[in-house]
Amino acid sequence: MNTYTLYLNSKRCIGCHGCVVHCKANKELPVGPILCEISHEPLKSVRGVPKTEFKFRSCYHCEDPFCVTICPTQAMKKREDGIVYVDVPKCIGCMACAGACPWGIPQHNPETNKAVKCDYCMDRLDAGLQPACVTKCTTHALKLVAMKEI
Amino acid sequence: MKKSVWSMCGMCTVRCPIRVEVEGNTVKWLEGNQHILKGALCAKGSAGPALVADKERPQQPLIRRGGRGAGRWEAVSWEFALDYIADKLKTIIERHGPEAIMASSRGGPFQDLVKAFTHAMGSPNYSNHDSACGRNVHHASISLFGLGRKGFIYDIKNAKHLVLFGRNILSSLRPAEVNQVMDMLDKGGKLTYVDVRQTLTGIKATNFFQVRPGTDYALALALIHEIIKAEGYDAEFVERYTTGFDELAYFVENYSAEWAAKECGIKAKDIHELVGQLIADRPKVIFHPGWMLSRYNDSFYASRALNCLNALMGNIEVEGGLVFAKGAGDCGGKGPRALNELSPKPTAKRADGVGDVYKQFEKGPGLFHLFYKAMATAKPYPIKGIICVRHDPFACFPDPQAQKEALDNCDLIVSVDTHYSEFGWYSDVILPESTYLERDSMIAQQKGMKPRLIMRNKAVEPQADTLDLYSIIKGLATRLGLDQYFPHNTMQELWAWQLEPTGFTLADFEKKGFVEYADKPVMFDREKLDGKFKTPSGKIEIISQKLDEWGFPSWKPYVSPPKPPKGQYRLVFGRSPLHSHSHTINNPLLNEMMPENTLWINTREAGKMGVSEGDFVDVISGDVTSVVTAKLTDFIHPEAVYTVHGFGRQIPLQTRAYHAGMSDQKLMKGQLQNMDPVGGGLNLCETFITVRKSSKNHQRKVEL
Repeated sequence: MNTYTLYLNSKRCIGCHGCVVHCKANKELPVGPILCEISHEPLKSVRGVPKTEFKFRSCYHCEDPFCVTICPTQAMKKREDGIVYVDVPKCIGCMACAGACPWGIPQHNPETNKAVKCDYCMDRLDAGLQPACVTKCTTHALKLVAMKEI
Repeated sequence: MKKSVWSMCGMCTVRCPIRVEVEGNTVKWLEGNQHILKGALCAKGSAGPALVADKERPQQPLIRRGGRGAGRWEAVSWEFALDYIADKLKTIIERHGPEAIMASSRGGPFQDLVKAFTHAMGSPNYSNHDSACGRNVHHASISLFGLGRKGFIYDIKNAKHLVLFGRNILSSLRPAEVNQVMDMLDKGGKLTYVDVRQTLTGIKATNFFQVRPGTDYALALALIHEIIKAEGYDAEFVERYTTGFDELAYFVENYSAEWAAKECGIKAKDIHELVGQLIADRPKVIFHPGWMLSRYNDSFYASRALNCLNALMGNIEVEGGLVFAKGAGDCGGKGPRALNELSPKPTAKRADGVGDVYKQFEKGPGLFHLFYKAMATAKPYPIKGIICVRHDPFACFPDPQAQKEALDNCDLIVSVDTHYSEFGWYSDVILPESTYLERDSMIAQQKGMKPRLIMRNKAVEPQADTLDLYSIIKGLATRLGLDQYFPHNTMQELWAWQLEPTGFTLADFEKKGFVEYADKPVMFDREKLDGKFKTPSGKIEIISQKLDEWGFPSWKPYVSPPKPPKGQYRLVFGRSPLHSHSHTINNPLLNEMMPENTLWINTREAGKMGVSEGDFVDVISGDVTSVVTAKLTDFIHPEAVYTVHGFGRQIPLQTRAYHAGMSDQKLMKGQLQNMDPVGGGLNLCETFITVRKSSKNHQRKVEL
């Protein structure tokens, strides 16, 4: 059962792409891998005002993740709280995970030659903090939400 | 061992308060100061460590060995570079006097150091970039309120209605201000956005007016007209605190909503609807008077009209309106000391003529572009040496080629900057300043509803052979025999001296990274605002005595802007939230997000030229041609084309930014002295350019 999800209040999002860079800076990623995305539909006129809304996407942390099953070295793991993450020392950088993922979420880090993906900044979560993208979101539009079973 | 350092961002000139976590000599984490920003930071802020690590910034002092701009540099020691500059400065002073040297730095809280150095040498010629930025707004504000543009704080979060004319507030991105806007919208506040194109700000708007370029003043006059006609202004406030209202009412008589609708290309009914909303939302309505408003030849009057609308709304010193920026003195405290207090006041007249030939302009930083005239003509006297500190005139003023021709009359050009600037590339000496994460800065006062003292602490030791600005200035001052004006040997000594009159100590900054002079917002009694407006009459001068004295009208009759000739477009420019103009284009992380700019073209106009989305287009002005990718949109006025400022850089050592995208200022041929005569701002949106489908869109490609 997944415990968390990232929720974007698109009313407050200004499309500044801060989250993307906060994430990269926190994970010390080189040019190349990008672990979350901000996108929007083309502008459409709504009562005379051209409008659009922003969408946020990172890893979906699937209930039954293909990336975990396919990983030949058991480097891709799912925690009890649902977070899917890369156990870095075990990763051999074969990127089978990216091929198995319907959205190609896992990215190749050219500096370490290993896979890297959104893990909700689990080191920060475990230290009682919020993910980088949430902590530093320019307009406080991103929230880490704990899900409850109904 | 991890340590936590309070500091101040330096990726743009907003200077957000930050907290930095450091391990060894590496930044591990940085975030917006929790006490002010609740952690928030923009993309540029997070890209700071990438700037520190970037090897494509100057790593040690460089002296030019080839011709200017040839890019042949010799790496030298700091001792050598400072000796070299000091010798040249001494020669200039001997031959032409100290006033033949000018210096420029960033505006904002840290001007003191460079200003003090300029004055210590005996030169009055201190300047900054503002004639390509906020001068029109500043002078318009002074003419009306007797206070500069920073004399008021905009209490946006408590407003009911925010009106923005071309102020792309959500992309120009001051995080604290942006959060105020979002809070206002969350509470049901309205946003009215006026621009020649739709922006990331406009998509949040309640009302959007896509106006013909150069017609802001027309719409502002019509709003004044309709509000007066409907008697929707704060009559009591106007009666009590303004002069010249009747003249204004007479002046705007012909500027009706119907007239403006035609002029701006919008609907009269929408203007009437807006007027109704404004009257209902009064006094909690804020008309933003503009930030970077060096655009059209009536921008001064447009800004004056917008601020006049603030007065008509009676929004001064009310919650959700314009609040006087309070300083230490307003809280019974004392501000920090400034180095400029130690320097003698220079006696020579300014070479830009400000305060002398041009009485209408405030002396402060004067007008940078006018120094080029002095260089070229040696009148009123020659300028032979120029030092620019974190200021790249080639990236900010029009027509760099014309600037180079004027600079060729100088015997010494010095650039002090953290990165390679276009100006630096043409200079004689590049002095690499430590990045903001590697340097301490002087303590500064930040006025506001709760005035503060702010400071930047060095987070990590410099990673290259760079120096902080105080060490650079002191090094030069010592060599020129001016040490008595810079007596402090360390930043700690300087800070302690600055803080002495304030009663605060460095230890007081440890808790939050800043200190405040008040616990609660300080508000003046709105019934006793007499004397708070520093105009000759002490009131808000709708008809300005000073403008009258200098021979300028307080209200200029509106003149319709010319339409571009067939096949040409008006070039307008703006900001992206991912870059701070030209400073960040080569930053690895920000460059990855936005490696180049595009040219926005109205879809129908593009169709006429046979240009499709993503095609290359040639953008031509005089002898300058740029090739750039076309972005088609329905939401830009057909007379205008738009691009993000800062791209098209030509410094080979910046491999990521080199020739990426186009540069608007290089296309502004012959516009270097095209100045608003009353506001002093340059008219940066008055270039018509030719656009055509480029021959670089290959139909066939043969390779043998």
